Amino acid sequence: MNINTDVILLWTIAVPLIGAVLSFVVSDATGRRLAAVTAFLTLVFAAMLGMGQKQGMWHELDWEWVPALGLRLHLGVDGISYPLVLLTALLTLLCCGYSIWHTPTPGLGNHLGALLLVIEAGIIGTFLAQDLVLFFIAFEVVLLPMAAVIAVWGGEGRRRAALKFALYTLAGSVLLLVGVVSVVIKTGSGDMTQPASLPPNTQLWIFILFAIAFAIKSPLWPLHTWLPDAHTEAPTVGSVILAGVLLKMGTYGLIRVGLGVTPDGFAEAAPVLGVLAVAAIIVGSLVCLAQNELKRLIAYSSVGHMGFVLLGIATGSAIGLQAALIGNIAHGVLTGLLFFLAGAIKDRSHTGQLAELGGLRERAPWMAGILGLAALGSLGLPGLAGFWGEAFAVFASYQRGGPLWTTLAVVAAVGGALTAAYLLRMLRKVSHGPLAPSLATASEAHWPEVVAWAPLVFLAFLLGVVPVLVVDLAAGASLISGAAGR
Amino acid sequence: MSVMTVGLTVALIGAPLLLGLIGLLMPQRNRPDAAALGVAGAGVALGIVTALLILNDGNSQASMQWVAFGDLKVTLSTLVDQRALYVAFAVAAVAFCVQVYSIAYLHDDERYGPYAAQVSIFTAAMLTVVLSGDLIMLLIGWEVMGACSYLLIAHDRRLPEAPAAAVKAFLVTRVGDVGFLLGVIILGVKLGTFRIPEVLDRVSDLDAGTVTLVCLLLLAGVAGKSAQFPFHTWLPDAMAGPTPISALIHAATMVAAGVYVVARLFPLFAASETALTVLGVMAGITLLLGAFAATAADDIKRVLAWSTVSQLGYMMAALSVSAVDPAIFHLLTHAAFKALLFLCAGSVIHAVGSNLMSRMGGLRNSMPLTFVTMAIGLGALVGVPPLAGFWSKESIISALEVKPWLMWAALIGVAVTAWYSTRLLLLTFFGHQRMYGHEPRFAMTMPLALLAVPSFGLGMAVYAFRDDLVHLGTGLVLPLLMATLGILLGWLMCRRRDPIAALGPVGPWIGNGFGLDTVQRWIVVEPVLALARAVRVGDESGVDGVVMGVGRLTEATGAGLNRWHRAALPRAFAGVLAGAMLLVIAGVTVGLW
Repeated sequence: MNINTDVILLWTIAVPLIGAVLSFVVSDATGRRLAAVTAFLTLVFAAMLGMGQKQGMWHELDWEWVPALGLRLHLGVDGISYPLVLLTALLTLLCCGYSIWHTPTPGLGNHLGALLLVIEAGIIGTFLAQDLVLFFIAFEVVLLPMAAVIAVWGGEGRRRAALKFALYTLAGSVLLLVGVVSVVIKTGSGDMTQPASLPPNTQLWIFILFAIAFAIKSPLWPLHTWLPDAHTEAPTVGSVILAGVLLKMGTYGLIRVGLGVTPDGFAEAAPVLGVLAVAAIIVGSLVCLAQNELKRLIAYSSVGHMGFVLLGIATGSAIGLQAALIGNIAHGVLTGLLFFLAGAIKDRSHTGQLAELGGLRERAPWMAGILGLAALGSLGLPGLAGFWGEAFAVFASYQRGGPLWTTLAVVAAVGGALTAAYLLRMLRKVSHGPLAPSLATASEAHWPEVVAWAPLVFLAFLLGVVPVLVVDLAAGASLISGAAGR
Repeated sequence: MSVMTVGLTVALIGAPLLLGLIGLLMPQRNRPDAAALGVAGAGVALGIVTALLILNDGNSQASMQWVAFGDLKVTLSTLVDQRALYVAFAVAAVAFCVQVYSIAYLHDDERYGPYAAQVSIFTAAMLTVVLSGDLIMLLIGWEVMGACSYLLIAHDRRLPEAPAAAVKAFLVTRVGDVGFLLGVIILGVKLGTFRIPEVLDRVSDLDAGTVTLVCLLLLAGVAGKSAQFPFHTWLPDAMAGPTPISALIHAATMVAAGVYVVARLFPLFAASETALTVLGVMAGITLLLGAFAATAADDIKRVLAWSTVSQLGYMMAALSVSAVDPAIFHLLTHAAFKALLFLCAGSVIHAVGSNLMSRMGGLRNSMPLTFVTMAIGLGALVGVPPLAGFWSKESIISALEVKPWLMWAALIGVAVTAWYSTRLLLLTFFGHQRMYGHEPRFAMTMPLALLAVPSFGLGMAVYAFRDDLVHLGTGLVLPLLMATLGILLGWLMCRRRDPIAALGPVGPWIGNGFGLDTVQRWIVVEPVLALARAVRVGDESGVDGVVMGVGRLTEATGAGLNRWHRAALPRAFAGVLAGAMLLVIAGVTVGLW
């Protein structure tokens, strides 16, 4: 029985890969459905990983793969990775399902579905990998399919945005590779569950390599500028995956690899990380306040929100890490929802300019209502998912004490007020006011859209009311119980 | 008995919340069901509070762990005491009246369904604030109230200023809430708990500086919610919301939540003399500012809004001299008479079709019920004996004797209040009849009659049980003298025409709050927006400029090298020769070394 459950780890990665190949070769209509079915199966497998929860790793699988390189197929799931795996599987299912109904030009929904499944396999692989080299491979698998999704199905400036995305994140990958290779050479092992300890000096520079790579992915200010372009041009499903789960690879890597493999380097660099995280909150919010384009605004809001997550991580305390993890999931749910809505609005109005939108609630009250809910959740309204991560990141920062962390806590809290300012401005421009000509014939939400949004709306409430679902899982992970001990 | 109390308390919050959420999911045009859900939510809550008051088994608290961050526990806690139940009763009663009233008031509004549901959710949030025993849970109710207030202010699609007013209301309070959140966080960090009883027990563990800091931070949030100077600017604008909303949220309940929270956490505030002084100064400024601004407004709802600002100042003033019970006493009477006044104003607006008092006049004959109930409400507001406001205001002013400057501010406030109340009554119901009014439907008149009862008798009823709150003696002379003076002057000046109209542009300037909106705009809003624009430019051309610059530089270098490699034969031949020469020279040099 035990063996069986451990093999599920492999299935959650293998199933989407097999499904991707099959979807790619069959016809468009069949491929779209096949991709959705595969995504559903993956979600079932991912959910099954939740059986047998315990302290530390719940399930582990450790096979030799390429002995010459010392590469092992070492997968594992614990309380940190499980919610992220589940979120990835859920969002991929929603995106594949949504694509059955609507795939932007040039069509080819089966290809889009296949790419989404490859991305899913890569992201889940990243979250499950317990071997550094395997982690790096999975991290890289995601990159090109995502660039392809932007470049083929994106908006007008799609080629340029895809190229920027690919090159920028590739630059980070090079640093990650150098870091991974250094660790493996110096310790002779890529095992992430029991990393061999490195001398502090070495740890610091290796951590800096890791940190830059993950900071690009997260993204951390000032390494964020690929994100707005990529989001603005990406198709709806691309934006949802990008914001919903792809960014989480950065914050997850920072915890699992940065903190796990190079804890001393992490501790030394933490103040810098904290300052940049708070800078991201403020800069992201201010740019949003002066932003004129809907998808760009939501993209920049990600910079601010991930700032809160990174602040939580930077504190290195158990509270901060727990806050970061629920903040991660909440951001995935709420920003995923916001991008779905932004896509739906742009499909109707054919413009993302805030000045040309308005009066959505006159034509489509349900859609406007869900947009309002997503915006309120995103601004951290207590009772919805976004609150816990933000409030307790501030808490953790204040708890560390000292002038620096206290200042960071205060500035981050002020950033919370700015977040409210730009999201309400967005609602006012899009939902309220007289009906804009661009939305004059806008239709109310169609049922496939409602089906895609409903689980996210539900989760926004659920995580707001029952935060233990994520917070308690994380508490059992050895990285976090270790942080509590320190 | 306590298990039952806890169960009832949970149901008290849960019932309106659940019915509100169901209401949000209903089809929009289903009016009867929406109305039933809304009235049921408030009605059930009212019934449960009544039951709790009758059971009356003293203080009770219950707590269960909700979520733990590290070893810090956030709990779902209730803390029920006599004061909480009285305030909860006021909330449920006003919510009930407002739900009934709204059925008629919004009879031609096609978005009535979500409106009624949002009022229910608001009721649940306010009850959470009142009954919560945990600071984080309190914060949740606190912010959800703000969100409902935002949604409901923006409700009326015909008013172009409504969306902006809603955003302003939310943002001004949110800025204050930054302080509130930080205050709660500091308490959590220092004491390791968010539970209110534990926090209050352990105030003495905190050093004086921390207590003062926490109190001042919490006061920022309180001032935001309760529209105290300098965070008061949002409340007059919030009158863009439907009138029943103004009665419930912006007069009786949410704006009073700040007063309630200070009372709830009073042992904390009592430990900091500085915080109480700041509270006193804030209250003094606010009660005079609000009263004077109310004298000059032409919009009947804005007069009442400024009056609310001013009356909240009285409650805060009472708290600043540790007179907690008088503050809550005034909170309760104010909830009754101000809700009544707003609903009366709604009735007048409904009949006349305008908010402006310059369009009203002589309505006392055509709207006798509205006239009588509004007169009762205004009398209570002024403090005419034996109406409710007389007793509660009296108890505050007698408590203020320890801070004479604050007492004089309060006394001047009494005269000004009497003046603007007289003006309001004269301009609306007396004089030349400009429009023909009519009494509204039963659903609107019944709440007026219901609310008139406590506005009239609540003070006497409380005096019957707690005669220590008011001392009937010589202390009454001065306040009554001031009130009489105000009424007399008001009658003399406003009997024939509105004296404010003669002031020219000064009138609207006073009525808009002495230009403080403009000040706020120029020292907060515009700088932040300018900064935002600058940061956006910096981010897009600065930070991203470097990235794109690196890209272009790489491209240019590549292109240059590429051109250089594509040289014609002679230059390529020369290049090869030069390279060979270099190698030879290098080799020879190294060899000779």
